[in-house]
Amino acid sequence: MITRITRLGRRGCDLVEALGRAGMFLGQSLVGRPSGEGVKLWLRQMHFIGVLSLAIILVSGLFIGMVLALQGYTILVDFGAEDALGQMVSLSLLRELAPVVAALLFAGRAGSALTAEIGLMKATEQLSSMEMIGVDPLKRVVAPRLWAGFVSLPLLTVGFSVIGIWGGHLVGVEWLGVYEGSYWGNMQASVDFVDDIGNGMLKSLVFALVVTWIAVFQGYDLVPTSEGISRATTRTVVYSSLAVLGLDFVLTALMFGEMG
Amino acid sequence: MDDSPLVVVEGLRFSRGDREIFRGVDMTIPRGKITAIMGPSGSGKTTLLKLIGGQLTPDAGRVMIDGEDIHAQSRKKLFTLRRRMGMLFQSGALFSDLSVFENVAFPLRVHTDLPEAMIRDVVLMKLEAVGLRGARELMPAELSGGMARRVALARALALDPELIFYDEPFVGQDPISMGVLVQLIRRVNDALGLTAVVVSHDIKETLSIADYVYVIADGKVMAHGTPESLNVDQDPRVSQFMHGEPDGPVPFHYPADDFHKDMLNAGVKR
Amino acid sequence: MKRSKMMEFGVGLFMLAGILGVIFLGLSVSGMAFNGGKETYTLQANFANIGGLKPRARVTMAGVTVGRVEDVELDTEWFDARVTLALDSRLEGQLSRDTTAAILTSGLLGEQYIGLSVGGDPETLADGDTISDTQSALVLEELIQQFVANMAQD
Repeated sequence: MITRITRLGRRGCDLVEALGRAGMFLGQSLVGRPSGEGVKLWLRQMHFIGVLSLAIILVSGLFIGMVLALQGYTILVDFGAEDALGQMVSLSLLRELAPVVAALLFAGRAGSALTAEIGLMKATEQLSSMEMIGVDPLKRVVAPRLWAGFVSLPLLTVGFSVIGIWGGHLVGVEWLGVYEGSYWGNMQASVDFVDDIGNGMLKSLVFALVVTWIAVFQGYDLVPTSEGISRATTRTVVYSSLAVLGLDFVLTALMFGEMG
Repeated sequence: MDDSPLVVVEGLRFSRGDREIFRGVDMTIPRGKITAIMGPSGSGKTTLLKLIGGQLTPDAGRVMIDGEDIHAQSRKKLFTLRRRMGMLFQSGALFSDLSVFENVAFPLRVHTDLPEAMIRDVVLMKLEAVGLRGARELMPAELSGGMARRVALARALALDPELIFYDEPFVGQDPISMGVLVQLIRRVNDALGLTAVVVSHDIKETLSIADYVYVIADGKVMAHGTPESLNVDQDPRVSQFMHGEPDGPVPFHYPADDFHKDMLNAGVKR
Repeated sequence: MKRSKMMEFGVGLFMLAGILGVIFLGLSVSGMAFNGGKETYTLQANFANIGGLKPRARVTMAGVTVGRVEDVELDTEWFDARVTLALDSRLEGQLSRDTTAAILTSGLLGEQYIGLSVGGDPETLADGDTISDTQSALVLEELIQQFVANMAQD
């Protein structure tokens, strides 16, 4: 019994310590002024993290928009309210699905790659050798990746929403025959730029911070063996997915909670 | 040249988890000489280098480099201090996304404002010294282990450091590249007047280039002296290590219960 | 060198697409051009019961959206609901003083909105005026209660 309690206590201490390390890590990486060299490194990471994730995000967005329209239509048509299809598709995408699904895909596609890449750099002593050359890997390796993640995910979320709404239009208007004017008209009447689009973007920015932070920290903090890298990659996906879904509930409650 | 030692290690203690790796290590590393740190695998030689380079912080004791306590520096000053050091890692640790040329140019680009033409000259000079000027366009993945280590040496020398660390430079090399490396380390040291610390367990090669040797085991300095004096040392542990005998005071077996008892116990438990 | 130029171009394109996406969302999806880009003016209207009317609900005229509900609050003088409407400023000085405002429901279970219909008074409503002729929301329970009461009397 006593050993169990001791073990629980040690777990707790480890957790607090890890959180502290992660916080210090984030602070040390982000503080400092950007340089010309930094912008170049950032651009490179934007390419790897953002541009290369575009395909999976856009294809998923298209399908989710199409499915939403299909499902929504079959429900709404029973109430004779299929004119509200545009409103339903756009609101569910902008407020919920685009930020959340894009963040989950981002964690799987870019987050795991970030963890594995940094982990491999650690395992092959590249990070140590950078330190010994007198270059801070937090600034050189970690910071550009963090910033690239922070910028990429909100942009990807926008792409997800736009193509999802277009996919909904494709199915709802072109295929199921909802009147085009009411698809867009109802959408425009019910979507507010600040409340819906702005809050959705805010969510995705928060998710971007959390997912990139988890991914990069897991890579930096892992045990430098092949098993350690595979475990850390898994942890990145699991932790960021849980964090995204949990935070989504909290943010939704804060943003849309008292509107009902 | 200044006669005071470049690196002084005093009462260094370090543990990882519950395992104590160093229990009070004292060392002085003289300027302009090659000092070897030897010991069996797992005795924490690489850890010692990381402690001296300031990458790890000891539990107690201190490391003075040219009179400055490396663990008492701010992060910024630490990085300035490190510009005067070079380190050759066991795996070479070349940046895998940069070509050989860019790898060697890296320290120059981040620490100097030299024009491109000058950087090119310096890089080619360093690559020529390790005999790999022709390989400058290759990526690290295309190099053999020995070549990667030579490129890493060129990179470590790019900023003309005062102090250079070699972490297991001879491990896993074929006899030819081993010979090349041994020669290279000696030559570089004589030509540039560097202070070098070589960590290794390859006795023959290390003794052939070292001016002074420390042998560590069980978290302590077991013996130190010139290669000649250690070779004739009477301490059984030292002589076992120096002559590569399989069993002796340094046991072949990892600490365990009595073999017979262990075998019988397994049957009882089941 | 050429590869890095391509990369920079790709990243530039990616960011441009993101910005265009935000503009598209703003214009086409939230219809910014209507309420955000154009000037509005406000009118007040008191209702005995607003049912499920919420801020940001549509205000229509002959079925065309001409504004939004900006605010709903309780008027503590009369204990009824005071609704503030933001209307397209093109209509300023065009609505007659006896314009009626009714809370309507789109479809059977749809959202509630306000429908305006113009009267014949030559005088018009100015910014900040109050619409006096209002028609409250239909509350299903009240309708059923009335119906049951009538049945009992018969």
